[in-house]
Order: sequence, then structure tokens, then C-alpha cells
Amino acid sequence: MVESQDKSSQPFTKYTQTIPDTNVKFEMLPIAGGVYLQGSPDSEAGRNKDEGPQSKVEIKPFWMGKCEVTWDEYDLFRNSEETHPPEGEKGRLIRFKFKSLSGDEITRPTPPYTDMTFGYGKDNYPAINVSHFAAMEYCRWLSAKTGHAYRLPTEAEWEYAARAGTTTAYSFGDDASKLGEYAWYDANSDSKTHAVGQKKANPWGLHDMHGNVAEWCLDGYSKDDYSKRDKNKVQVQPVNLQLKARFPNVVRGGSWVDEAKTCRSAARMPSDKDWLRQDPQSPQSIWYLTDADFVGFRIVRAVEEQKDLIGIKSLVTRQSPYKP
Amino acid sequence: MTTPTNAHRRDFIKATAAAGLATAVGGLPAVHAGSNETIRVGLIGCGGRGSGAAKDVLSSAPNVEIYAIADIWKERHDRFFNELKDFTSQGKAKEYGNRLNVSEERRFLGFDAYKKVLDSGVNYVMLCTPPGFRPMHLEAAVKAGKNIFTEKPVAVDGPGIRKVYAAYEEAKQKGLNIVAGTQRRHQLPYVETIKKLHEGAIGDIHFMRCYWNQGVLWKVDRTEKMSDLEWQLRNWYNFMWICGDHIVEQHIHNIDVCNWVMNDHPIKARGSGFRTRTDPNFGHIYDHFSIEYEYPKNVFMHSMCRQISGCWDSVSEQVFGSNGHSDPAGSINGKPTVAREAVRKAQGPYVQEHTDLIEAIRSGKTVNELKTVADSTLTAIMGRMSAYSGKEVTWDAALNSTLDTFPKVLDFNEKYPAPPVPIPGKYKFNT
Repeated sequence: MVESQDKSSQPFTKYTQTIPDTNVKFEMLPIAGGVYLQGSPDSEAGRNKDEGPQSKVEIKPFWMGKCEVTWDEYDLFRNSEETHPPEGEKGRLIRFKFKSLSGDEITRPTPPYTDMTFGYGKDNYPAINVSHFAAMEYCRWLSAKTGHAYRLPTEAEWEYAARAGTTTAYSFGDDASKLGEYAWYDANSDSKTHAVGQKKANPWGLHDMHGNVAEWCLDGYSKDDYSKRDKNKVQVQPVNLQLKARFPNVVRGGSWVDEAKTCRSAARMPSDKDWLRQDPQSPQSIWYLTDADFVGFRIVRAVEEQKDLIGIKSLVTRQSPYKP
Repeated sequence: MTTPTNAHRRDFIKATAAAGLATAVGGLPAVHAGSNETIRVGLIGCGGRGSGAAKDVLSSAPNVEIYAIADIWKERHDRFFNELKDFTSQGKAKEYGNRLNVSEERRFLGFDAYKKVLDSGVNYVMLCTPPGFRPMHLEAAVKAGKNIFTEKPVAVDGPGIRKVYAAYEEAKQKGLNIVAGTQRRHQLPYVETIKKLHEGAIGDIHFMRCYWNQGVLWKVDRTEKMSDLEWQLRNWYNFMWICGDHIVEQHIHNIDVCNWVMNDHPIKARGSGFRTRTDPNFGHIYDHFSIEYEYPKNVFMHSMCRQISGCWDSVSEQVFGSNGHSDPAGSINGKPTVAREAVRKAQGPYVQEHTDLIEAIRSGKTVNELKTVADSTLTAIMGRMSAYSGKEVTWDAALNSTLDTFPKVLDFNEKYPAPPVPIPGKYKFNT
């Protein structure tokens, strides 16, 4: 599996990634490693139980997308023509495949039966209604295209980057009345997503960590994830993989439909099969979540990948169960 | 025709059910089962939508079982059981105690399998095949006196839609319950918004527009083993006689919303369209239509549908009135009509449509959506005819068109040459 690692040596600075053979580009920011307190204290307003107890977590350096992944980027994968049909399924537009960095196959999304942007906007708007599986497959496709190992952030990485060194409810303090300067949420979103990167960045330069779209993390969700941790130990690069069932996985950051408290740095939300209820087919799509118009994702790239995530891929198939 | 009141009818049916009489007695069909009667479902068409509908009905109300199934392909049966195998052991289906009760002898294959399902003892049928077969299935299901869930659209041409209107009249006489897969009519924000529009929330309606613009859908490439008929049936979306073209198969949803807002149907269509695709595996359907519809009293509607990737996409409707505008999917003058939380808590529309149908059956109310879905189907057909022919087409011309696109005989050994792409100015929808 070692060959699937990102072998390029690159200075640990911000860079612009152009997706090969296209004009589409996105920015990656360096996030230095460190130790922080994950979760929220009992005293935090609007807090949920699943955010505690807090624990010390060590994070190694990685790059993170300055903005959420947009339709411009995701559509290159959706409409990719360089894929080839697998044996026995010749010609069927769905299921075209492409080789990943580690040589196994990536499947591109089936064509959806409707407009998955829901009319919120496309150019420079975040991709939405994308399943956890699809977001992970996008990362593998992007990795194969660029030669860099991109993936979803772990939940620990996500919160570390969202906090950007802060310990308050939001990366700008505890005053929710300022949230509108940093985020699209229910009070100012006009009931839709917005083009990425328009609001103020957090202290590390990341945009829309609060609001706009909630963002997929690699991890599965359980409300007692933190209470299972050993309190006396620093958690080193913790990740709680759940790759076999369609749900639940963690989304973070809140979104355009959420109230302020759901956009806090520590707030967690599990994905749910209800996010598919307007998909009338059986089996329901593994690529699109018809009712997750508030969910998107952003990508990261480790400077040195942690062992348990090398060559990682989702194991979801059309036969996968809804719950683990 | 004199019919007993609903209350009387309910008592009567309870009595006949108790006596073990499953079929019509004294000219009265046994469709209004008593509230404890098992809903015994026959599924006609076991593809992705059919299997989905089976899950939906099992999740919609107590005391429901899937009893018989029909398809033309054996692998669809297998797929159906694979999809449903664990379904009744979880979620709502489990909570309701619903069952999969399809014994070996009630799994029917072939072009006449639908008849066998209708004769198998079911009291609720779900018509989920591709649309070309629908008029035939509706006609038979109504004749057999069943409660019906019918997928949309309900026909693809003039002769087909006339069969459906006849079936509607017969169903009305018999008091049958019919719900159609135009599920927006069972979706809370649409229901609430359109109710307000009917109450005059934006004054008199002058104009509407609706879109179903999206990327390319799918095709099945022909292999050497496939006969003409097998290829066309497997690649059904791309053949007008089975699909109706995408304006009928897909865009009907948005057209139906406009008709619902008007409580009426257009009287004329002027349209254009064609296809950019050249691969013969995409059959002969178009990939874009743009139609102007005229309703009575100078109300107009612009419909646009497209299946071409890389273009602007939108699946939506807008209504403009003398006193404002509305997105019937849930807002009036930019303000939501239903709180998002309430929408989230409401049952999904694909389940709700079965809940509503079963509610009607069990309470003795009658619901019959066959007329509205037939009107919307014919609206879409009229638009397609206008684009195909390049002519202005009236409602009556579309309704009375004589071109019957359904083959006289379905036989895998026969030849069925792929029809040519319709050329505007030359195509004729009368024989």
C-alpha cells in the first residue's frame, strides 16, 4: 500500500492546485501541527453532550482546502470522460472506472435523475447532496489526477483547523451576534448556499468553517466517541473509521439551514438515512443524498500520512446496510 | 348510477369480507376494505422504482403485505427479493408488522404477468413499469376493480391516453381509489403553497414557467445477443413508444404542478426541440424541448426541459400573479410557506402518497388522481407533438391523434426497427 502515498516533497507553504488538463484550481493552506483540547466545556452555551468530555489531541501537519469543494471541481469528476467501462457493463453510462494512486478502481458518479444543485447556484458554489462515499471517491479521483494524496479531514483535524488556536465557541470568540460576519447560517443565508470564500476567514485563513455547508469528516459518529477516550493520554491523530455502512458519519461546522449554536467549532452532527428520503429508487443512490442540500465537504492532504489512513477508501456499495 | 353512501358501503364491505367474499357482489366492487382488512399489494414492474414503491408502501401504514409480483425479466424478480429481503425486519415496516408474502406461485413473468397479478387475490396494485405499458395495465386494473397506485406518466400517445380517460370514467363509477406518482401533490410545502395560491395569495395568475434541465441520463448499448425488442425494452428510456420522451417521462412533474396551480390544463402548445446526440444507442428521443403552453383566459406557461451535460440546470417552477410571485415548492413572494423544521418532520412524499391512498381505502373516502395525472400526461404529450411536428397543437388534436406507437404484437423473434428521429416540419402524429 506504500505506493499509494503522496511521495512528492513540497515546501510546507500555501499553494494553488490546478486540476490537470483544466483551468479549475483551488487553494491549499498549511496547517502546522500541535496539541489542542477537542470538544467543548460543560459551560459552553448551546453545547450538546456528545461534545464532551474534552480531551487533549495531537495533530500532525497537513494542508487544508481554504474553501469548501465547489461544483466546478466536483463536476470534473462527475462528468469525467477519461474513465473506462468495466467488463460486462459495457456502454452503461453509470459505473465508469478509473485507476487510483494505489492501482485499484475508482467509480465515477452515476448521472442523477435531477438537478442536484437545487437551484442554489453552481459556479463557485459548494457541491451539495454529495454522499460520504462520493466525497471519498472524489478525493481518490483527485489524488489520481494530481499525484497528491487528498482525503477528507479526520474529525480531530477538522476541529483543530476550525478552532485555529482558539478555545471559544467560535473562532472569533463567544459572541454569536458576530457570526454573520464569518458565516452563512439560518439568520442570513436567504435559505440557500452561497459562493465560497465571501465571508471573513478564521485566524488560519480558512473560509466558511462555520456555516454555508456542513462538511464531511472521515469519521463515523457515535454520541459517546469522546467518553470512550482514555482521559490520561494525549490522543495522537485519533480517527474513528466507519466505512462499511452508509450512515452515520460526522459532519461539522453547521450550514445555511442551521442556527448559530449548530455552527460552533465543537458542534457535531451525524448523517442519517433521512437524508435520502426523496430518492424513490431501490437501491437508493450511493452517490447522491437527495435531502442533504446543506452538506458539502473540504479536503486535506497530510504532510506525512498517518499509517491507518494510507490508501484509505470507502467500502460502501449499493448493497451496504444503512447502519453499521 | 346510484351508489350507497360511504358509510353504508363500509358496513356492506365489512359484511362481505366477513363472509369471505373477495370479489364484487351485486355490482359493488370490494375496494373499500374495512379498516382491519389487509392491504394485499400486487407489484407490476419490479425495477428500481417498483422495488422503491414496495418499500414505500410497506412503510406507509399498518397491515400491508406484498403478495404478488410481475415483470418481464427474471433477474428483476431476483433483484426485487434481494432489495427487500431485510426490509420488513427494520424501521416503519417492522413497526407496522408488515410482510413480504410472495409465494413462488405468485411470482409472474412475461408480457401477460400483470393479468396474473390482478387475478391472484390482491386488492391494491402498483403500476411501476415503463410508461408505454401503463394504459393497458390501467385498463385491466380498473376492470378488475383494484385500488391503484400508478406511476407517472400514464400514457405516451393519443390512443393510450384515450384508454386512460376511459379507465378513469369506469374507476369513478366503481368508486375505485387511485393515487398517481406525481408525488409533489403529497409533499407538504407544495400542498400548503398551492392551497394559498388557490385562495388568491398572489391574485390572478398570468404566467408560469417550469424547467427540468439536467445532464444526460442513461442508455443501454446494444449487444449482438440482443433482439430488437430486448434492446429497446432494456434501453426503454430512449424509445418514445416505451418512455414518451423525457418531456413526458420526467418533465411531467413540473407541468403537473402548473396544471395543479391552474386547476386546469392548457388548450394549446407551440414548441420546438431536437437532439444534439448522435449515438444510435440513445434511440430516437430528443434531448431538449422548449414549449409555450396556452391556458384559457390568456394565461401562458413556458416549459423547458433538457438532458445535456455541462449546461445550466434547474428543476423548478415559478408562478407570477397580479399580486406577486411564488415558487410553488414552498414560498410566496420570497417567504417560505412552511417552516423547514416542519418539512423535515413530515413524512417523505413517496411514502405519504401510499399513506393517503390507504387512508382513503380504510376510511371509505374516495381519492382518484387518474384524471389529473392523465391531464398532465396529455399536456406533456401535446408539447412533444408540437416540437416533433413543428406545428401548433391543440388539446383536442393531441387527444384525438391516431398514431398508435405501441406494437401490435410483442414477440422477441419479431423485427422492430428503431424509429427515426422525428424531424420538425415532417413528423406526423396522425396516421
